[in-house]
Amino acid sequence: MTVGGLIRANLFRNKKRTFLTVASVAVAFFLYGVLRSVTTTLDAAAAVGSEARLVTSNASGITFTLPEAHANRLRSVPGVTSVSWSNWFGGYYRDPQDFFAQFAIKAESYLAMYPEIQITAGDREAFLRERTAALVGVGLLEKYGWQVGQTITLKGTIFSGDWEFVIRAAYTPAEAAYGDENMFFHYEYLYERTNGQITPGWFVVALDRPESAADIAATIDAQFKNSTAPTKTETERAFQAGFVTMWGNIGFLVRAIGTAVFFAILLVAANTMMMAVRERIGEIAVLKTVGFTDGAVAGLVIVESLLIALVGGALGLALAWSTFQGRNPMQAFFPGNGVTTGTTLLGFGLALLLGMISGAVPALQSARLSVTSALRRVA
Amino acid sequence: MKIPIIYNIRSLRQRPASTLTTAIGMALVVAVFVAMNALANGFRAALVSTGSTENVLLLRKGANGEMNSGIGRQAASIVGGLPFVARGADGLPLVSPETFVVVPLERAGGGRANVVVRGVSLQAFVVRNGIEIVTGRTFRPGTREVVVGVAYTKRFPNAGVGQVVRFAEEDWTIVGHFAAGGSSFESEIWGENEQLMPVFRGQIFQSVTFRMADPSAFDGIKTAIEGDARLQLDAFRERAFYANQSEMLTRVLSFIALFVASIMGIGAVFGAINTMYAAVASRSAEIGVLLTLGFKPRSVLASFLVEALLLATLGGVIGCLIALPINGLVTSTTNWASFSEVAFAFRVTPSLLLTGMIFAITMGALGGLLPARRAAKQTVIDALRAG
Repeated sequence: MTVGGLIRANLFRNKKRTFLTVASVAVAFFLYGVLRSVTTTLDAAAAVGSEARLVTSNASGITFTLPEAHANRLRSVPGVTSVSWSNWFGGYYRDPQDFFAQFAIKAESYLAMYPEIQITAGDREAFLRERTAALVGVGLLEKYGWQVGQTITLKGTIFSGDWEFVIRAAYTPAEAAYGDENMFFHYEYLYERTNGQITPGWFVVALDRPESAADIAATIDAQFKNSTAPTKTETERAFQAGFVTMWGNIGFLVRAIGTAVFFAILLVAANTMMMAVRERIGEIAVLKTVGFTDGAVAGLVIVESLLIALVGGALGLALAWSTFQGRNPMQAFFPGNGVTTGTTLLGFGLALLLGMISGAVPALQSARLSVTSALRRVA
Repeated sequence: MKIPIIYNIRSLRQRPASTLTTAIGMALVVAVFVAMNALANGFRAALVSTGSTENVLLLRKGANGEMNSGIGRQAASIVGGLPFVARGADGLPLVSPETFVVVPLERAGGGRANVVVRGVSLQAFVVRNGIEIVTGRTFRPGTREVVVGVAYTKRFPNAGVGQVVRFAEEDWTIVGHFAAGGSSFESEIWGENEQLMPVFRGQIFQSVTFRMADPSAFDGIKTAIEGDARLQLDAFRERAFYANQSEMLTRVLSFIALFVASIMGIGAVFGAINTMYAAVASRSAEIGVLLTLGFKPRSVLASFLVEALLLATLGGVIGCLIALPINGLVTSTTNWASFSEVAFAFRVTPSLLLTGMIFAITMGALGGLLPARRAAKQTVIDALRAG
């Protein structure tokens, strides 16, 4: 019998137990995969904004807007190449629970500033030409079955009433994390419908040299310090990260749970391996009698537990990967979520570790086993 | 005849390593289960207990939260004169027109968080139930004084009485702390609406809350107000409104709790099955002896099941003990309906601990059943030979 055959025979001697152990390891790694992906997605969301653009918002908080006149003064700040602005619309389509983000933008300058929004030249023309036109992500088209050319009605919550838009263009995001479930429309449309009662929500400022972002941000805020609307300027990345940190300690929570899960399963797996070895004391004694060294016997046990851990780990990670495929409900909040390569690699590392640790004690036991005492017990 | 329980206790003690690993495995599962539910509980308690069933909250038609609502002074004063508004001992209507803004403030641990600043009149302390000043005093009308909720004081620096908080480019002196029965009001800053109006959004309120003279008449009141062309308002029961605001996050938290716990539970059940099978296998001889002595297979089944349940109970107790210290721990998250921070405490309640124990015992029963059946099905001869 070959060594491989021996290991296989050992694994299948108690099929039920091997299956249960692999299954419980798979469950643990499934949870690990899902939970870690939640944290990597949160981290990715915090890093999605550009560091080459600044966002200038009202220092009093997100509910306050800024005067349009700020735009001209922003343009004259040295190092600023262009300025655009955007407003949060906060409407919903059909059902208030059906969330997606809508922004009223100063269209031409905004699109020029965002290479993330990939759009054909024809679509761009069509969108810019029409006041009630909307530009939507391909994900939204798919989600609601919309077509380009279709008129949709959103209900406003901040700006009350029914709002009609004609979908004139669809974009694909340059990177998945930017998201394909956003909608953009013309600031002018919002301005007119509200009888000029609205002013820009926040300004986006493009820079010629991103290295000077901090200095320019300070210059901008100093300029508006004594105006009617003092500003808070930060890089777009910091601005976005501010929203992500509002999720609070979720990252910590998820890590704590993950650790608890890992330990629980480690105990289960180690326990099973110990039982498997205990059951086989006689056989191991026989192996030693026929000439297997202490190391070889220990190796057999370790390989067995490694196999269980790796197979279980691979199954669990595959399952976690598949849950993030397709459109999941997290897509609207966290576009581009999924199991990263880092998560997969770390997962296999952990499986390896799990196999080593859970196999260590029984391997040591079998290596130290004294043949005479073992055989006496069997006899 | 039943096999005495002491037999099971002794067998568990016979293999302490295996008993402990299985029990601790289960304990961790129970601990996570209890902790996750304590989190969801705490959040629910913070928002669901916000508001009273006797109050009506009014918002501009179509607004889905206090943040994007706006109500003019005229509409607010019309509401004060409506016949179904309760009146206080002094004969004044129990109406509280309020302003509502969120401001970014530096958190104690670094980073910014949005905090609700609510502009109220002194009448609000009567209309909004269960508000109680615990330190200092309430603000004096006409001054830049504010009171802050007790949850706020734990999350933000310089929150003591006499200290100053700066927002809207002005300094505001904290003159008191208030408690509000663990509700989300405790995460807010309250000042006088007449002081806050001019520095924020001008001469509009965001909401008007009033006490109903007859709380059972809500449906009629709602129809009357929403049909009043002068007002253009939507009416909600105060408590239902705040519960609704937290609905999404509560659902997410409960889902995560259930998801994580049930997946872990499955893993732990597999572990328990393994342990019990091993216990059965290594005790074949004992089982043979029991059967020879005249114990019925049914008794053997019951006995092994009891043993699994004992193991699970031990795991459950340890798990609850591990989870207990998190009770009262304050954490925070964002109420997405208002983009503001809500602090809340983990709540480990007796009923939650009981649920944790039931969860553990269910795992034990599921894990013990198959191995116990295997034990009971053995014939005397086979059992004795295997041993």
